[in-house]
Formats: sequence, structure tokens, C-alpha cells
Amino acid sequence: MRSGWRRGLGRFAGDRASALGLALLLVLIVAAVFAPILAPFPGDVADFHTANRLRAPDTVNWLGTDRMGSDLLSRILFGARITITIAVVAVGSAVLVGVPIGLVAGYYGGWPSNLLMRVSDVFLAVPQIVLAIAIAQTLGPSIENVILALSITYWPFWARLVFAETRSLKNEVFIESAIALGASPWRVMTLHVLPNIASAIIVRTSIGMGGTILTAAALGFLGLGAPPPTPEWGRMIAESREFLPEAWWYATVPGVAIFMVVMGFNLLGDGLRDFLDPRIRRGAGGK
Amino acid sequence: MRRLEMILSRLAWFVPTLAGLVIIVFLISNVIPTDPVRVLLGENATATQIEAMRVKLGYDQPLWVQLARHFHDIVSGNLGISIYSQRPISEDLAQRLPATLELTLTAITLSIALGIPLGVISALRRNSLLDHILRVVSVSGLAIAAFWLALLLQFLFAMKLGVAPLNSRIDGFGPTPVTGLMIIDSLLDWDMESLHSALSHIALPALTLALPAAATIVRFTRAGVLDVINSNHVLYQRAMGLPPGLIVWKYVLRNALISTVTQIGLIFGVLVTNAVIVETVFDWPGMGTFAVQSILQSDHKAIIGFTIWIGALIVIVNLLVDITHSFIDPRGTR
Repeated sequence: MRSGWRRGLGRFAGDRASALGLALLLVLIVAAVFAPILAPFPGDVADFHTANRLRAPDTVNWLGTDRMGSDLLSRILFGARITITIAVVAVGSAVLVGVPIGLVAGYYGGWPSNLLMRVSDVFLAVPQIVLAIAIAQTLGPSIENVILALSITYWPFWARLVFAETRSLKNEVFIESAIALGASPWRVMTLHVLPNIASAIIVRTSIGMGGTILTAAALGFLGLGAPPPTPEWGRMIAESREFLPEAWWYATVPGVAIFMVVMGFNLLGDGLRDFLDPRIRRGAGGK
Repeated sequence: MRRLEMILSRLAWFVPTLAGLVIIVFLISNVIPTDPVRVLLGENATATQIEAMRVKLGYDQPLWVQLARHFHDIVSGNLGISIYSQRPISEDLAQRLPATLELTLTAITLSIALGIPLGVISALRRNSLLDHILRVVSVSGLAIAAFWLALLLQFLFAMKLGVAPLNSRIDGFGPTPVTGLMIIDSLLDWDMESLHSALSHIALPALTLALPAAATIVRFTRAGVLDVINSNHVLYQRAMGLPPGLIVWKYVLRNALISTVTQIGLIFGVLVTNAVIVETVFDWPGMGTFAVQSILQSDHKAIIGFTIWIGALIVIVNLLVDITHSFIDPRGTR
């Protein structure tokens, strides 16, 4: 087993797409953690210098300036913190709520689990962003509310996934024998079921992060995210609209940032799937 | 008969699903500690005014009475008055539905027309340069924010090249409304000028929506074709000397498209989601623009109405997908 793991790890690192995904995410993390050091004008998150507004990229402002004359590179770097916070907290809480629900419902079955799955069906009947718009609008524009709206609309996805996986595992012989040996339901769920569905959860988490970042950016673009002057990437693109086509860099910079991060999570997710989930490896991942 | 049973059971779920949706949206907007009456009357309202308005709007009743009244309103088609247009919300949504339908249907047609052939070619020429390019493009297509893609296309085709209009749906008055779909109505009128205008206006928003959708279709078609092409029945057909073109387009594709068709239901959900945002960028007079205007006006009732309509639309599409699926892949229904 050990050597199989190592071979898999080698293949994972050797896969150019996964390596690129990992590299993109490392850039995001470094940008978020070291934003105050890396940013040439850390004060520009809140400060403005109207004399410098809408400057094209040059040696001072590498990525140009925005409508308030703030340095775009600095704002993008600080925006990475917001993006990473929203994605990690929203997906994290959706996983923390959805996985136990799916696990218990899948393990026990019966009418409560049916009811739960019907409730999640209702949530899944509407695209995540439509419900998130309704919630975020009711709560008022702020990052916390965006996170809350995304978590409320995202947990059913995890409940469904874990429910289906648990149901199919429950009939496996090793689970039956664990039960026959007198293991408590709690022990079976945490020690036998969960480790076996962990890879599916990890893969979906990576791809879910990318999707959540896109949804969060869309909420920001619609004005439902953090209020200005927060350097949220979706909001920055919304602000840049009226300055097209002259200030082309203004819309380009945050758009490319979103693209690279989502690409990073998607590539990592694809790579992890090939690495962790041999059942799917032969399917949609391509051969 | 199994097929009929499946359709009936799905239809039976239609009402509970929508009812559940209404309850969820209702609870979310009521559990949250903002006072809609205070928001409505503004900051200068006196306590007596607020109390009077609360009684008038029924907010003094217990939650379940409010919910019952809410249901009664929805069933009778009364979603309230839009703050934005000062007209009944159901009327507004009904009037805007054709625009959204025209856009999403054009986009999905475009994405299928692009995605399936490209997916098949990508699979048949596996590991060729074309295959690699298509795979990079399809991975990128899933990572791009729809509203940003919309801006890029506007910037390139409308502002720089000037080959397509920047926004709105048609120039002039347009054809006589019959279906509400501009392309079909212009054809019915045989009005070539309107048709040209409608097509050139829909091109950019439809392309924005179609590209990410086509990326998904390419991925699934490619994987599906690769799976089928290595199966025994294809080997047998090849051994029997059937022409390769016939094998691919008749036998392989039918089996390979099963997973693609299932995906189209999901893709439609994504399309409608993106349409909300893309419509705003292109000033497309559909339900998405209405929703965003309502958000800007903090118009609670309009957003609830929009959510219910979109929910119904998606449930109907998924039902249609399941029915189509049962015809292509009869295994589950026989």
C-alpha cells in the first residue's frame, strides 16, 4: 500500500495540470497572507488619490489605478484575503453541516432521512445563486452575510453526496461485519464509513471552492457583497464597467485574478480525483 | 408503462417542491431580524405609523397565519406590487419570461451545436493538438466568471470591432408580438430587418452563456465517446466492416450522449443562474434584469416572486430532461 501511495503522489506531482493548479493556489495563499508586505501601497485599500485616477499600468502602479486613484495591485492582493475567507468559511461550514446530516441519514434511513433528503431536494431545485441573492438581499450587503447565504444554500449538496455514498457503503461486507462485531453506530460511521468517503468529499470540496468563489464574485458584482471601499474582486469589476473601453486594465485585473484562482481549484480538484478516486478515474476525467 | 409512472410521480413532486421553496424563502425572510415595515416607511416614521402599517400588512399576525396568507396570495397569482415598476410582480415576470427563455434557449442550442461535435472530434483525435487545445479551453470555460466574460465580449465585439450592438434586445419596435420570442416573431412576420436586429442583439449575451455550457458538454461528450468507443459492440461493428462514420454518428453517439443529456438539465440551471447576471450586463429585458433592479430597490416581494418563478422553470426543465432521458436510455423505465 505504501509504495502505491508514493507512486500516486509522484503521478500527482508529475501531472502538469495538477501542478499548475497547486501553483496557482500557492500564489493565492501567499498573496493573502503577505498582502501587507507585498502590496506596494498597502494604504490604498481605503485611501484615494483622485489626481492619479485611472492611470494605465506603469512602473509605479504595475497594474494601473482605479477610479479613486488607488493602486490596483495593492487592492487585488488584499482582495485575495476576502476571496479566501469567503471560500473557506462558506464551503467549510456547508461541509460541517451537510456531511453529518448525510452520514446519519444515509446510515439510518427511514422517514426522517427521507424528509431530510426531500428538504435538500427543494434547496437544489433552485440554482444556488438565486437563493443566495434572496438571502443576501434580505440580510443586507456585507461579507458575513454573503458567507451565510452561500453556506445556507450549499449544505444540501454535501448532504446529498454523503447520503448517496453512505447508502452504497452500508451494504458492503466490512461494514456489516463491523456491525456484527458489536461496533456502535457512531464508531461505524466515524471509523469505517467516513474514511471511505473522505476522498469523494475532498475532491468535491476543491471543485466546490472554485464554484463558490465564482458565486461570491457574482454577488459582489450585483452589489450584494461587502460595501465599498472593500477590495472585493466582483465589486471591482462592477465599478470598472463605466470606464470601458478606455481603462481596459481596470476590468481585466480582477477578472484575471478570479479566473486564475478558480482555475487553480478546478485543476487541483481534477488532479485529486485522478489520484484519490480510482473509480472515477476512468470516467469524466479523461484518459 | 413505467415511463408514465415515472412522469406522474415527478409531476406529483412538482407541487410539494415549489411549496417547500415558498416556505424556505418565507422563513428566511421572516426569521432574519430586519423589520420590513421599518424599511418600507423609512427612518422618520413614528411608532404609531409603524404599528398602523404593521396591522395593515398583516405583520402583527402569528407566523403561521402570515405563511397561510402568503400561500393564498401565491396560489391566486398575487405576488404583490413591484416597487421598481409599480405594477403587479406576476405581470412583470410574465412579460419578461419570453426574453429570458429566448436567451437561454438560444444559448443552450448554441452550446449543444458547438459542444457535441467538438467533444466527438476531441475524443476521436485523442491526444492530438486539437484535443489538447479543446481541453485547455474547456477547463478555462468553467473557471471564467460569466459577468466578466460578458464584459470582455462587449469590449471586443461591441466597443473595439463594432460588429455587434452593445446592449438591449432589438432596434425599433420589433415584430408583432405573438410568442414573445423576437427571432420567431420576426420569422412569422417575415420581417428580415427585425430578424437581423434580433439576431445581432442576442449574439453576444447568448455567446457569453453558451461558452461555459459548451465547455461542460465537450467534457462529457468526450468522456462518453471514449467510454463507448472502447466497448465490445463497437469492436464488433468495426470487425463487421461498418464504415467508421456510421459507427460513430449512429451507434457511438447515441450511447455516449446519455450522460450528456443528464448534464443538460444541470447546465440549464447554470445557464439561468448566469442569465441573471449576463442580462444585467447587456440590459437584456428579462427576469434577471428585473431581479437585479429589485435587489437594488430592496424589493422583498419581487425577489421572492422571482425565486418562485425561476424555481418552477428549473423544475419543469428537469422533468423534461428526465422524460428525454427515458427515451434515449430505456433501461431504467422498462
